[in-house]
Amino acid sequence: MSQFETVIGLEVHLQLSTRTKIFCSCVNQYGCAPNTNVCPVCLGLPGTLPVLNHQALLYGIKVGLALNAEINSFVKFDRKNYYYPDLPKGYQISQFDFPVAKKGYLNIKSGGQEKRIGITRAHLEEDAGKLVHDNSGSCSLADFNRTGTPLIEIVTEPDLRSPQEAYDYLNTLKLTLQYLGISDCDMEKGSLRCDANVSIRPVGQASFGTKTELKNMNSFRAVKTALEYEVRRQTQVIIAGEKVVQETLLWDDEKAQTRAMRSKEQAHDYRYFPDPDLVPFTIDYKIIDGVRAELPELPQAKFLRFLSQYGLSEYDANILVADGGMADFFEAAVKEYPQAKKIANWLAGPVLMELNNRKTPIQELKLSPQGLVTLIAKVEDGVVSNLVGKEVLTFMLDEGKGADEVIKEKSLAQVSDDSALLAIIDEVIAQNPAVVEQIKSGKPNAAGFLVGQAMKRSGGRANPKKLNELIMRRITGV
Amino acid sequence: MPITKEDVKYIAALARIDVPEDKLEGMTKSLGGIVQYVEKLQELDVADVKPTSHAVPVGNVLRPDIIKPSLTNQEALAIAVEAKDGCFKVPLVIE
Repeated sequence: MSQFETVIGLEVHLQLSTRTKIFCSCVNQYGCAPNTNVCPVCLGLPGTLPVLNHQALLYGIKVGLALNAEINSFVKFDRKNYYYPDLPKGYQISQFDFPVAKKGYLNIKSGGQEKRIGITRAHLEEDAGKLVHDNSGSCSLADFNRTGTPLIEIVTEPDLRSPQEAYDYLNTLKLTLQYLGISDCDMEKGSLRCDANVSIRPVGQASFGTKTELKNMNSFRAVKTALEYEVRRQTQVIIAGEKVVQETLLWDDEKAQTRAMRSKEQAHDYRYFPDPDLVPFTIDYKIIDGVRAELPELPQAKFLRFLSQYGLSEYDANILVADGGMADFFEAAVKEYPQAKKIANWLAGPVLMELNNRKTPIQELKLSPQGLVTLIAKVEDGVVSNLVGKEVLTFMLDEGKGADEVIKEKSLAQVSDDSALLAIIDEVIAQNPAVVEQIKSGKPNAAGFLVGQAMKRSGGRANPKKLNELIMRRITGV
Repeated sequence: MPITKEDVKYIAALARIDVPEDKLEGMTKSLGGIVQYVEKLQELDVADVKPTSHAVPVGNVLRPDIIKPSLTNQEALAIAVEAKDGCFKVPLVIE
């Protein structure tokens, strides 16, 4: 549609779920009363000494390995200097030229195509505090609980070519990070944040156009919408014969538009220099191998294994892999009952629906893999129909009981008993003479309607095969 | 590399220091003198010297991920110039 090509690079900040902050022993916890998780180190008081949290370093290496990156053998921390009231020291401890990881990549699927997105670097740093805006409008209030929360910043190469690709990258990255178990990756709580750099250039041009930086998007959907908006805006600017100005823009989700930042903090001069308070780190192969040994199977590998090992469809495998808990549940269930496709269908269908309705992760469901498998076996053995099976599942989850117990208590077992079914069938036949005529005149498919009616009357408990058989026998005498 | 008045103004702005116009001349001179003094180091051939980030030969100092008590809110705010609602009161920040 356009003579322009879009170029996007993303920066993702992820809060690491270590117990303590990155450079001090304050608890790393969200949602506490203001300024109660602070100490002289994270408040930046003179004479204090930051010391790196061992776990934060290991998590950083873990992210690097999961993103196929090189782990730097020499790692150091630097000061990034700027003034802002949410930054007590007047600098942020970050990493400049020797980040924990560099030169990685993440494979994504976008528009049915596989694509490799380069990861420039991943570095550790501390989060800043939070500014609360006072109702009086005359001052701001600083809460330093978040100050010193460990962050890893993951920066891509300018490899993304559309807002949709950016969106797909973010989802793949988030899933990978969730598998690592190093963060709750919750954008609403701010534990995962994303800024975007975007520019456009005439198709075929090798050099990049002038980029703008987008901030303040609070969902992946918002990142995509903001990028779409900004690409349209830049296109209009260039078509009008004007120049794109390099600036930072804030996304306003309500108005669905960007606006320039008013503050003059745009003239960045961070004057990075090595932080003399933190000693450098040598990361040898022993440390790296130790972390590598703890790496879980990552989503893409699991997806491929589910296809080959269990013969699942890509659709089912995708749904299972999109939730690590679901994937584990699936494998545990298959061990109990070697019917992978049936189990996948149940998980991707009724169980997923229950999870969405209940807004709960599968780990918190009152259902064990054995419990689900027992239910599936009941359906397969014809004890209950597929439809009633779903009902049984709902009762199981509500009451935390097993399939057998629920079926017995609620008298949900399928009725295959001829005499009970015949009574229902006779009623249905009596009330639908026209349909009966159709069947008699050689249209056996019309019986489906009668089966449906009889099923309804049985409260879904009739065995549909049996119903069909009995109806045909009743009408045609065969 | 001579230091200009513009350099001094820029550095002062970054450091949030207010340099009165009548002090600018003198400050440019003294800062220039300091830089000139250090410039002598440029004469050294450091082609074979690894960049030094830290002067003390200590590395890999790490802290176990174990929680220790933080300050109380009162203790934390004791150093605040002004406080309100459990927070440090700071000048109004837009965006």
